[in-house]
Amino acid sequence: MLIYVARRLLWAPVLLFIAGLFVFWLGSVAPGDPVELIAGQRADPEAIARIRERLGLNDPFLERYLRYVGDALRGDFGESYRYRGRDVIELLAPRLRVSLELNIASYIVVLAIGLPLGFWTAMRQGTWKDPTTVTLMLLLYASPVFFTAPFLILVFASWLDWVPVSGWSGLISFQTILPAITIGVPGSFVFMRYMRASTLDVMGQEYVRTAHAKGMGHMTVNRRHIARNALIPILTVLGFSLAGLFGGSLIVELIYGIPGVSRLALEAVFQRDYPVLMALTLLGATMLVVANLAVDILYTVVDPRIRLRA
Amino acid sequence: MVTQNLHNKENAQATEDAFSEIDDPDTFWSRAWRELRRRKLALIAVVILAVLYTIGILAPIVATHDYSETNLLKTQAPPDSENWLGTDRLGRDIFSRIVWGIQTTVIITVITILTSSVILGLFLGMFAGYFRGAADIVVTRVGEVVAVFPDFLLMLIIAATLRPRLKQFAYWVEDNTFISGIVSSGAIDFVVLGLAFLPLSWFGTMRLIRGQTLVIRDAPYVDAARATGVSTPMILARHALPNVISPLVVSISFGMGAIALGEVVASFFGIGVQPPRPSLGLMIGEVTARTGSAAVETLRNHPEQLLSPILVVWLMIFCWNILGDALNDILNPRAR
Repeated sequence: MLIYVARRLLWAPVLLFIAGLFVFWLGSVAPGDPVELIAGQRADPEAIARIRERLGLNDPFLERYLRYVGDALRGDFGESYRYRGRDVIELLAPRLRVSLELNIASYIVVLAIGLPLGFWTAMRQGTWKDPTTVTLMLLLYASPVFFTAPFLILVFASWLDWVPVSGWSGLISFQTILPAITIGVPGSFVFMRYMRASTLDVMGQEYVRTAHAKGMGHMTVNRRHIARNALIPILTVLGFSLAGLFGGSLIVELIYGIPGVSRLALEAVFQRDYPVLMALTLLGATMLVVANLAVDILYTVVDPRIRLRA
Repeated sequence: MVTQNLHNKENAQATEDAFSEIDDPDTFWSRAWRELRRRKLALIAVVILAVLYTIGILAPIVATHDYSETNLLKTQAPPDSENWLGTDRLGRDIFSRIVWGIQTTVIITVITILTSSVILGLFLGMFAGYFRGAADIVVTRVGEVVAVFPDFLLMLIIAATLRPRLKQFAYWVEDNTFISGIVSSGAIDFVVLGLAFLPLSWFGTMRLIRGQTLVIRDAPYVDAARATGVSTPMILARHALPNVISPLVVSISFGMGAIALGEVVASFFGIGVQPPRPSLGLMIGEVTARTGSAAVETLRNHPEQLLSPILVVWLMIFCWNILGDALNDILNPRAR
């Protein structure tokens, strides 16, 4: 197991290095000269040459990338092309925090709805309640954010006037509720499905029958034997599901006017502000890799039956 | 108890079919179809999808107006007998734009599924699973690298970077050969989107196919085939392929919904299909102006402008998922 974890730990930086290389390459083949973006279109050739030299754009591609990685490891992600004189990290940090808060809030909603509902539908297998709930949740899952977000704003902000229309005021506030629901309720379908399958799987195990046979109460069996064991496989999904959640929050941030990374990311895509895009993708990828690694390690701690082979 | 009996019966049926499959290769599809007909919801989904895709293919016939024809004397009009879903801000017929938008989705989903799931996913998966070794390592590692990106962000970056390059290339082709009309046909949008979805869509299918092939390559009947001198391509085609069809069909069904949504999101952000060609995502992006206040305003004053494209998207994603679920139940008895 130790060998396995060590191998994963060694592989993770390599993974990120290659992933970064890919985006860096995209940035270098993209049309449009970043220097033109910085200096303006009417800058004289001499000034342009000076800026190119200062940014090291004349160096070979691999050398530039290695220098970038070296700087990035020290926390320096370069300077934005668009916002001149602003460090990328200084631009990103406050927005990244807001996006992170939004994703945490959504994740809480996802787990709070998905896991109990999955368990409940598994318990009701064979009755009409199970397929009906699954279908209804699928309907919500398929609902486009473009509709749910304005609809919720219209109902809860405009008509009922319970929450402000847009903006952000931290993780714990009324304003967090609508966006978190917009992302979390459809997202919970995935966890409901996994939890349902996993519960059904555990329900058929012999130790559950034994527990029933020895006269243990239904509630106790459900709680101690079924729910607890059914949660173990769910852990593996936790890490991967982060990726999808991050993507979904882009649109939600736009519509709710949340000052997260969304607008900055879109601007960067359109203006080819590659330093910002690089930092964004690398940080996002790092979060995913770390989350997956943590989940894998946690998995072995939670379930002693698993012997991880290298 | 009732479900238990049903389950046994289905198992018996499955075993029976498994045997008859040997003589008649058609039974795989006919069995799937028979099972599918028993599920009302899935059948409804198939019918809806068939209708939507037919509308998309027959867009020039179904549409009542030209999709880019403006009528400035009749803007933001409510539905009437002339414009079935009303008109938008420029007086264009919403119904016709939706019909053509469906065609855009149809083209994108089919192209992407064919290239990514079927060609890349199936072939790389079978290749990696059957030959193992270096090929397997390379394919799996590349997949892992792709999987670490936040997916929408990667899609946006690729689309934004590729479009100008491809456009340059298309102009060059038009200038230097007798081919013309590439740029004006909007074909570039489809290529760009297809390429942008590529990294997201092949890996899942590939992993499924690879896992299935790994099991098959060690099966006794494959050993027997190998021992009797059957060539490797033949083994892959006759023994491996039939066994990976089920996971392939299921992942295609789920994938179609995901790609339809991807196109809508990309076009919503203005990075997918470019005007004047209509797309459902573009229509949503236009009426909401990508802000909450404009979206709420439209929803309040002209709900049909926002709801019509959204309902189509909703239906499409819902139906593909329902179908995928049903196919998963039918074709993959272990998942039950």
